[in-house]
Amino acid sequence: MSSEPAVRVTDLHKHYGAERAVDGVSFDVAPGQVFALLGPNGAGKSTTVEVLEGYRARTSGEVSVLGADPGRPTPVWRSRLGIVAQSTRDLSDLTVTEVVRQFATFYPHPRRPEAVIEQVGLADDARTRASALSGGRRRRLDVALGIVGDPELLFLDEPTTGFDPEARREFWALVQLLAADGTTILLTTHYLDEVEVLADALAVIDGGRIVATGTPADLGGRDTAPATVRWRDAGGWRTELTPQPAALVARLHAQVGELDGLSVHRPTLEDAYLSLLSSTTSQEASR
Amino acid sequence: MSTTTPPSATARAARTRQPAEPAAFRSPAFLLRTSLARTAVELKELSRSWDALIFNVFFPIIFLFIFGSVFSGDVAPGVSFTQYFTAGMAASGVLLVSFQSLAISIAVERDDGLLKRLEGTPVPPAAYFLGKVGLVVVTGAVQMAVLLTAAHLLFDVDLPAGPQQWWTLAWVTVLGAAAGTLLGIAYSSVPRTGRSASAVTAPVVLVLQFISGVFFVYSQLPGWMQDVAAVFPLKWMAEGFRAALLPESMAAAEPAGEWQLGLIALVLAGWTVVGLLLCRTTFRWRRRGDR
Repeated sequence: MSSEPAVRVTDLHKHYGAERAVDGVSFDVAPGQVFALLGPNGAGKSTTVEVLEGYRARTSGEVSVLGADPGRPTPVWRSRLGIVAQSTRDLSDLTVTEVVRQFATFYPHPRRPEAVIEQVGLADDARTRASALSGGRRRRLDVALGIVGDPELLFLDEPTTGFDPEARREFWALVQLLAADGTTILLTTHYLDEVEVLADALAVIDGGRIVATGTPADLGGRDTAPATVRWRDAGGWRTELTPQPAALVARLHAQVGELDGLSVHRPTLEDAYLSLLSSTTSQEASR
Repeated sequence: MSTTTPPSATARAARTRQPAEPAAFRSPAFLLRTSLARTAVELKELSRSWDALIFNVFFPIIFLFIFGSVFSGDVAPGVSFTQYFTAGMAASGVLLVSFQSLAISIAVERDDGLLKRLEGTPVPPAAYFLGKVGLVVVTGAVQMAVLLTAAHLLFDVDLPAGPQQWWTLAWVTVLGAAAGTLLGIAYSSVPRTGRSASAVTAPVVLVLQFISGVFFVYSQLPGWMQDVAAVFPLKWMAEGFRAALLPESMAAAEPAGEWQLGLIALVLAGWTVVGLLLCRTTFRWRRRGDR
């Protein structure tokens, strides 16, 4: 059972007339994993996720979410999912507690609403109306509604867009808490730091296609890419690009002893990501 | 220097849950529980929304107070204008708490994403609509009770004379609200956005009130206007409430020369069926273009 992926997408297409919003996307999400779908705005992230959530019919391709076809959603299947959609502005006249309690009645084995409110960090705002919450706390309410049914799989569609840095860090801690609890999470984002902190695995999507898959540590081969070693000697700053940085540092150390201002720099996730996007863009241009 | 441990899939075991049985979602108890939860939420939201309270629920009572205070004459010997106007306001009220209230609120809830959010949960779609029905039932009953009480105490309006008139009041209210509810749900798909919902809905109700014998005595309206009004439910509801609230002698003053109770029931039931068909064929859970 547990070896079967929580989400399996094979050659997914979603076309609107001539526009190919999703153009042959494939990836797997393992149970218990935090999987990030990373890409620029308009890359097809949300369209893909909305197919998986059962909101959109696909043009073609095979899709399995918790072993079922999201094109034919059933209440049992829905009860095993939690959905945090991109941006919301409903439910404004109700308090946090009222909203969470209402949604708890929709599920057969809900979590205790008060415990969920506590977990997402809204205990202080339990009696606050949704319309009076700040953007970040409003998003926590969306998460509360996503998890009150005790889902196996949680979709987070660009959950931290528009957050200030502190709110984002707090939100990440919440996601890590849910992941530690064994909830499989499919996250879409265009923030690299978010992926680096949260994701076990990721796929980069651009122009409706997956351009790379991997983990934040090895995306685009950045774990094995040449490293830049930088240090300072009598002649000023020196840099050298090398596939074996440790050997270079050892050799330098043997020659001159301690190195002033030494740094060893591998391509960052951002470097890897941007080079992936620019290579697809240049491919598009050359076609 | 701090080190961070990268997350890894093997570090965590996916928690497996025992999924619910499909039968759990089909049980009447589940539908009842979710419908009551929706009704409770609908009433809470209404109680916090002053514009909806005034324009949908208290509008007929406010207008009764204004018109009752301004016009003191009789439409016929022994029948005050306020008596006649109370029947019209009762009919308007039923249309407002059903048709207008639902057309606007559902258009707004479609636009602001509530319908899509509910679609993403296991809640039965019927629970959403039954929540709306619960809202109409509670607000309609409260409104009718307050309207008749205020009319009786403040303006000496006679209540229905006997059991037969009370019965007429009851079935006209129920049938009118049923037609208004279904037509309101159907009409909610007409406004393109939530912001335009009030502007697209309220004028329809306003015009109907002017031509259906609510603000003016129906028999004094031009014939063509009567003919147009007779297509829509409000005219028939107003006539039904006149049958409940006016003395039997007033029947002769109707254009038909009688209370056409059978025809009233038939027309309101017909609009209920039309509303149901429109809902089934045209209802949308999403904003336009969301597919």
